[in-house]
Amino acid sequence: MALTRRQFIQIGGAAVGGGVVASGLASRWWGLDRNRVEDPGTDGDRVVASYCELCFWGCGVLAHVKDGRVTKVTGNPDHPLSKGRLCPRGAGATGLLYDPDRLKRPLVRTQKRGADVFEEVSWDAALNKVGEGLLELKRRHGPEALALFSHGSGGTWFKHFMKAWGSPNVGAPSYAQCRGPREAGYLLTYGTPLGSPEPIDLAHARVITLIGSHLGENMHNTQVQDLADAIGSGAQLVVVDPRFSVAASKARYWLPIRPGTDIALLLAWMNVLVEEKRCDAEYLAQHANGLEELKAHVAGKTPEWAAAITGVKAELIRDSARFIAAARPASLIHPGRHTTWYGDDTQRARAMAILAALLGSWGRRGGYLTFNKMGLPPYKVGKEMPHGGKGAADKPRNGGYPVAGEVIASGLCDAATPGHALYDLKGWMVYGCNLIQALPSRKQTIEAIQNLDLLVSIDVLPAEICGWSDVVLPECSYLEREDDVLAPPWREPFLALRQEAVPPLHESKPGWWIAKELAGRVGLGDYFPWKDAREYVDARLTLGRHDVAEARRRGVVLGKVGPVCEEEGLAIELGTDSKKIELHSEELKRLGFDPIPNYVPQEEGPAGHFRLLMGRAPTHTFGRTVNNRLLAEPYPENEVWVNAEAAKALPGFPGPLRNGERVWLVNQDGARSGPVRAKVTQRIRDDCVFLVHGWGQGAKRLRYAHGKGASDAELVTRYKVDPIMGGTGMSVNFVRLEPVGRTA
Amino acid sequence: MTTRFAMAVDTVRCVGCNACVIACKTENAVPEGGFRDWIAQEVHGAFPDLSMQIRSERCNHCAAPSCVDACPTGASHVAQGGVVAVARNKCTGCKACIAACPYGARYVHPEGYVDKCTFCLHRVTQGRAPACVETCPTRSLTFGDLADPDSPVSRLLRSRRFTVLREESGNRPQVFFLA
Repeated sequence: MALTRRQFIQIGGAAVGGGVVASGLASRWWGLDRNRVEDPGTDGDRVVASYCELCFWGCGVLAHVKDGRVTKVTGNPDHPLSKGRLCPRGAGATGLLYDPDRLKRPLVRTQKRGADVFEEVSWDAALNKVGEGLLELKRRHGPEALALFSHGSGGTWFKHFMKAWGSPNVGAPSYAQCRGPREAGYLLTYGTPLGSPEPIDLAHARVITLIGSHLGENMHNTQVQDLADAIGSGAQLVVVDPRFSVAASKARYWLPIRPGTDIALLLAWMNVLVEEKRCDAEYLAQHANGLEELKAHVAGKTPEWAAAITGVKAELIRDSARFIAAARPASLIHPGRHTTWYGDDTQRARAMAILAALLGSWGRRGGYLTFNKMGLPPYKVGKEMPHGGKGAADKPRNGGYPVAGEVIASGLCDAATPGHALYDLKGWMVYGCNLIQALPSRKQTIEAIQNLDLLVSIDVLPAEICGWSDVVLPECSYLEREDDVLAPPWREPFLALRQEAVPPLHESKPGWWIAKELAGRVGLGDYFPWKDAREYVDARLTLGRHDVAEARRRGVVLGKVGPVCEEEGLAIELGTDSKKIELHSEELKRLGFDPIPNYVPQEEGPAGHFRLLMGRAPTHTFGRTVNNRLLAEPYPENEVWVNAEAAKALPGFPGPLRNGERVWLVNQDGARSGPVRAKVTQRIRDDCVFLVHGWGQGAKRLRYAHGKGASDAELVTRYKVDPIMGGTGMSVNFVRLEPVGRTA
Repeated sequence: MTTRFAMAVDTVRCVGCNACVIACKTENAVPEGGFRDWIAQEVHGAFPDLSMQIRSERCNHCAAPSCVDACPTGASHVAQGGVVAVARNKCTGCKACIAACPYGARYVHPEGYVDKCTFCLHRVTQGRAPACVETCPTRSLTFGDLADPDSPVSRLLRSRRFTVLREESGNRPQVFFLA
């Protein structure tokens, strides 16, 4: 007799119900009348500690494995980043692991690039093809002609490959398309970039100021935990955002700013602080250079001046400035992420950094901290790495970006166009970066790709970039592999282990194996002497004198907590040449830029157009998770936010736009995206619209996400390059709405 | 005192991230399309004078549950600690309880029975927190025994203002929203 699952549960339940016979409840046959406590039975018979890869924050997880299947992933209570809790993406890891659309076998392109027609081949055939391609590339163009785009922990193996191969061209969109301007701004002001996770003290801040940073929607687990704790203990928020974000809904002050005018607001806030003597004078006298120049610079930049520019009432600017100042030094200006908006972004980050200095919050509790890193000796390879003779090819031939601290991904893209950079790139390896969606101007990216001799992508899912590749190598998900130890600086320094919970599904392989196999095929095997990642990690842990078994059991090794701010006994130290906070930047002056940020008006869009703003949803990491059926349940597709008043009379619409109605988005250059549902809402200004990034996937192999929602990337046909650090400002595009069904 | 399980949802802390939803789905093997908990966002006012409440919602495990009254087979019942539960083996999938619930807290499981939040009774009877409470990054969710005046949930309800949903239904909901 074939049992359905339901019958099976009933019989199984009755069997364990034997103990209640005496209660009389089981008097009916088989105990079917008894009300049992249903146990879904998802606790693992084996629990594997690891760290998450659904975003790149790196939270500690516990993977529950039952009958060889991961049933659920929960937070590791021992891990300082998760503290036992996970965000939705982390909890949705099984949706990635068991995604039916995963890359299953290596693919080799059989038709022209972009046709997305591939043949499934053996690993041996795929790796041989890549190996031969790489050797040919090296023979004809030298090792530097190869670039690696890498995002994610498995990328360390390919970065190692690049060092052994001899190319410095290793970049990720996470710099020049995300946090780069911020890193440059803080580097210029304090002599050190912030990095990730940011060393900020949200938990102890009394006032937290978010400028275009929608923390809570942008879900960095530990920061959201700290933010909630701060709110719970009475901290107040000041939120600057054209949108009534989740954070804005919790704020004491919401400043619904006109997009592109943030620097004016920041200068006006500084004006209030300086004019009303609300700065930390003692702190500034001791630690800062250029206060007099700054005072002169902001002298006329009153709230009234800024009100006309920003659309925020002068009174609101003044009141919020006083409120921010009253909490100093535990008044935290959150440095933000995804800071590439208008091409003047380093200057905006500078303005934020300067404001933080006026509040005296650098090096202070509730402000910016100095975290420590737990060191771990490297694996001894025993052979000197060639690295790469030439400098990175990420700069245009006619100049560069003087304050760029990392390689510029968009620069590596441009360098594939002949004659653009110092030398041409001829091959790309792409690890976990969907460049088509991540870089601005899809058209430019595709043109660059057409110039390549070799494009290899390594990914878990068939992202759009895979469709443009020559060879696609399927990596297994993070739950199926070992990776290098993660050791970011943190208040409580730690080492975190990535461990295999279940063996790789299909024919996917871990990154370490792919990199080692490739190295063997191009004569670099000596640089990969380890048997596997596990041996590699164990060797490092042993060299660091850690208990390997204990580390593997807990998934984390905790280090000593040292002082992280002045209040804890750590003197304020600055990394600038002058050892002072550079309110007025001599460096920028020398380079020919404004030494103190200036407000420069942004170009406005054509009539009837809205500025396109992009952001995040807590359930999704860029476009990486949109195919995850589990995560898509509460958030199945993005929607375009349109101001309710503006929606009443949109050009080209016969009547008011209804909430939920599908519309096309067409940008100033005619690029079209959608159709996408409209979210008609009071929660946004009437001069801009908002999309969550990552939707509108063009990759057909992402069967769930394909065509759902609108791709903001498709509408970013224009961008403005930050001349200081090369970041690509992408909020410079404008869209109009078109009713679906009446397209030209 | 008899145990009376209840939950306090802190709408001031909650950011509506859906971690509770996903954790519930994997903990309870909730099938695709079904939800035992969800996020509600309620916006008031007009730009720029706005307010918004974000709530993690679920079955209210009412003290006077209309769903239990409506159930013709006795499948919907009050279990340990006042938790409103559905006995799968008795449920015929008639949906009378779905019609009777003022909160839309129930769905039909593809296997034919009605399913809903159990406050993770299988966990709480072992002294563990419900999955949603365990994972919530903002610690917005507090679960415990109302009969115990020293439980965190009792203490929160003494110290904070709160509301319940659809009080007028007379169901006496046991999920409280802290404002």
